[in-house]
Amino acid sequence: MSLFWIPLILLAGVAVPVVTEKYGRSWCALATMLVPAAMLAFILSFLPQVFAGELLVERFDWIPAAGLTLSMRLDGLAMLFAILILGIGLLIILYARYYLSATDSMGRFYALLLLFMNAMLAIVLSNNLLQLWMAWEVTSISSFLLIGFWAGKTEARKGARMALTITGAGGLALLAGLLLLADIVGSYDLTQVLASGEQIREHALYPVALILILLGAFTKSAQFPFHFWLPHAMAAPTPVSAYLHSATMVKAGIFLLARMYPALAGTELWFLIVSLTGLATLLLGAYVALFKHDLKGLLAYSTISHLGLITLLLGMDTGLAAVAAIFHIINHAIFKASLFMAAGIIDHEAGTRDMRKLNGLWKYMPHTATLAMVAAASMAGIPLLNGFLSKEMFFAETLHQVALGSLSWMVPVLATLGGIFSVAYSLRFIHDVFFNGEPVDLPKVPHEPPRYMKIPVEILVTLCLLVGIFPGAIIGSLLYAAAGSVLGANVPEYSLSIWHGFNLPLLMSAVALLGGVLVYSFRGHLYHFQSQFRENDAKLIFEGVIQYIVARASAFHNWFVNGSLQSYVTWLLLLTLVVTGAPLLDLNGAAGHQPHQPVGAVEIIAAVLLSLSALATVIFHRQRMFALVTLSVVGLIVSIAFARFSAPDLALTQLSVEVVTVILLMLALFFLPQKTHNESSPRRVARDLSIAAIFGGIIATINYAIITRPLDSISDFFIANSKTGGGGTNVVNVILVDFRGFDTLGEITVLSIAALGIFKLVSRMRLAMPTADEKGRPWARDRHPLILSVISQSLLPLALLVSAYIFLRGHNMPGGGFIAGLVTSVALIQQYVAHGVDWVKPRLKLDYQWLIACGVLIASLTGLGSWMFDKPFLTSWFDYFDIPFIGTTELASAMLFDLGVYLTVVGAILLILANLGKLTTRYRPISQED
Amino acid sequence: MEALYVYCVGMLTFCGVFLCLRARLFPVVLGLTMLSYAVNLFLFSSGGLTFNAAAILGASETYSDPLPQALVLTAIVIGFAMIAFIVILAMRARADLGNDYVDGREPPDTEQAISPKRGNL
Repeated sequence: MSLFWIPLILLAGVAVPVVTEKYGRSWCALATMLVPAAMLAFILSFLPQVFAGELLVERFDWIPAAGLTLSMRLDGLAMLFAILILGIGLLIILYARYYLSATDSMGRFYALLLLFMNAMLAIVLSNNLLQLWMAWEVTSISSFLLIGFWAGKTEARKGARMALTITGAGGLALLAGLLLLADIVGSYDLTQVLASGEQIREHALYPVALILILLGAFTKSAQFPFHFWLPHAMAAPTPVSAYLHSATMVKAGIFLLARMYPALAGTELWFLIVSLTGLATLLLGAYVALFKHDLKGLLAYSTISHLGLITLLLGMDTGLAAVAAIFHIINHAIFKASLFMAAGIIDHEAGTRDMRKLNGLWKYMPHTATLAMVAAASMAGIPLLNGFLSKEMFFAETLHQVALGSLSWMVPVLATLGGIFSVAYSLRFIHDVFFNGEPVDLPKVPHEPPRYMKIPVEILVTLCLLVGIFPGAIIGSLLYAAAGSVLGANVPEYSLSIWHGFNLPLLMSAVALLGGVLVYSFRGHLYHFQSQFRENDAKLIFEGVIQYIVARASAFHNWFVNGSLQSYVTWLLLLTLVVTGAPLLDLNGAAGHQPHQPVGAVEIIAAVLLSLSALATVIFHRQRMFALVTLSVVGLIVSIAFARFSAPDLALTQLSVEVVTVILLMLALFFLPQKTHNESSPRRVARDLSIAAIFGGIIATINYAIITRPLDSISDFFIANSKTGGGGTNVVNVILVDFRGFDTLGEITVLSIAALGIFKLVSRMRLAMPTADEKGRPWARDRHPLILSVISQSLLPLALLVSAYIFLRGHNMPGGGFIAGLVTSVALIQQYVAHGVDWVKPRLKLDYQWLIACGVLIASLTGLGSWMFDKPFLTSWFDYFDIPFIGTTELASAMLFDLGVYLTVVGAILLILANLGKLTTRYRPISQED
Repeated sequence: MEALYVYCVGMLTFCGVFLCLRARLFPVVLGLTMLSYAVNLFLFSSGGLTFNAAAILGASETYSDPLPQALVLTAIVIGFAMIAFIVILAMRARADLGNDYVDGREPPDTEQAISPKRGNL
């Protein structure tokens, strides 16, 4: 069976609690437990293979060309974490059944919990860097939802937000780091990444990638200085804290360190960053934990401290330290989860978590007290419990490392100091809560919790004892398999036994124990000393920083996004200037070596005319009619230029489009002001002139650089194959309807969409109709000059004939669907101009929308037709036929396609212009008088 | 010849960009039209400038580059559709907002503008 089933089934399992919620809370919990239980059994079935040192990898190609592959991996480390996640998850589900009150939505809680569980499993089972990162982000998001489960509470919302911000930001850093890593290795595949440690560590970008990945791991694992989110995440329901903040989510960062160990560890940089961060976190967490009056606060800081310890071990760069780290991951998860659950029981049954009120609970709940005391003793590192074993290994390792040079002696001393505080806060947890006099005004009389609520704690505490007494038998092979996947083939010799003889680590443990008792007995002095410091609330500082950033951002936003399109255009142009101008600085000389064409008098005159009329358009742009006339001069010269430079098709198109454009703009001018005042300040004019001048200069430079350099183009193919492959001698037209027919199909579609958009815009437009021009003269009542109407009417058949001719010859001579369509449109528009809409409408029964639809349809069907002959879309066909009276004629499927183009062009242009023209007539005051 | 050609393209770009930065919609439309001339000429010239060499097989010895021509041909038609759309949008904006300013409201620096009698720009 495939490993892919695990995340898929768990994801489907998210629905189980939502569906079963209505059958009651116990059934809901039971049904929910089935899903992870089944998955646990499934994973455990791989245990023999994993113990045999096998690496199970499964891949599912998604986009192989981009290296995107879904890939699962099951090795010792993944197995260890999967067992922790699923096993503790099961206990948490049972525990939460009794912890949540009847008003909490149990279905939602379990669904979120399963989602989170799935994401965690996806992290540990992932064999692809991007896949791992995706799952990483899902844990951030689902933990946000879980921390904020009691959304009505302010601190829950703030704590959730803080956790999401910190871990989310770390996630972004991690993504950057993983992408760099994949870039160095050339693959996202974890197997390949882990095998290329040598290559990664020697790469120039290794420090950057390492720091980014460590940022991700440290934020997730609440390492100093990112530790502050974890205590605030304690606003979550206690089952969440027990699961996320002891056993799983914070361990994801640790998991990442362990997972990446073969690829990234082993350098001075790794040692310094990881071990010093771990050491700082260990000491800080242990010290602060002693002063927390909140039970969960104490446990949160203790968790930070233990995470620091594991990080320190992973940073020590000896094989034994890594083994100790993995061992402590297991032990910490077991005793901390049980402690959180015990704290939750106390909170649940006594109504408070404040240790200044909670005293002497031994009398009220001896069973829970015993369990909590064993777990706390394990946390303190008392012999016969699992915490003791890994702590001994930790102490032993601190003695062996030498990387701090002559300062190396400090590490064991500081580790012992951390141990002293650890004993002190564990002692406080036991003594303050269960002994130390009588409770102080508790909200309710404490009592033992429901029977089944204690079962998860009992299981975990039993595990503490079993692992503590028979370590080798219980988890020896699992630990060995996990260490094997971190360290590879060279797992060092280690012995998992309680008694190693009288040695230095044992002495350190003894010192820590005695020191802890001493510190606890003199805690009064310490509290007094600590009370002199002003307490910094991380929440306030964090919210302050966030609000500062938001205020700055919105100030910038208000300044930059000021609602003025004019200024956006300016910014856009400036940015374009920078982007296009910068590479030009590297270009040595704009002129290439292509031989230049000679200049004739005609060209000079045309250029002078063009610049004069373009400048005139700019200078007189507020006298709009005049500007329009000068603009059309520019357009005419452009079409002449096309004709001069051997592009007859372009010249014809430009010419006819020019006519249509001028008619369009004149129609528009009827509704817009004819003249406007000067509205630009001199400064703005100067600024715009400079932007425009630089722009013109840059474009001209680029253009010059292009056309004076030799060109290696693909056009030779088109010229060579135009006649043989496309059956036409006009290469431009053959490209349009045959070689690049799909482009043309897209273009006529765009044209029709624009026309339909205009139709929609025009249809409900309410414009004030001017009754007079800007000088106050009324519009002429004589709308249709007689000569114009007579001439245009007689010209119509001629024009249609010309357009038919242009259409038919298009394949071989200049012409084609586009040009013929434009000519037809101009001829028809002329009828509108000469006679008015009222006259044309009953005579020309054409629905332009239908015309457009038919055009696009014909073109598309022509393309689809080639499928009937098992050819790709838009494959063309042509042949020569003998037709009576006409002679040998070529018939090509491309002509049908060109017909579609023709119809679309005619329909689109007439739809635009006729509708706009109609607007002028229907509401025109004069026509109402008629 | 090439220098003269790119001078024209640069000139059209200059005029087009300046008009695009105006506060009213109609000059912007003029500017876009001018810019599309410039862009079409620019793209067209990427195939090189040739005389009397239309890409009609059998019509001449050498042929001009047909590919940019084909691309520019559709660009001209699409350019018209775009201009038309913007013009109609401008009219609709005037109908709905009551003015034809790009921003939909009077620009804040109208007060500073020089008197309409002086200067043309």
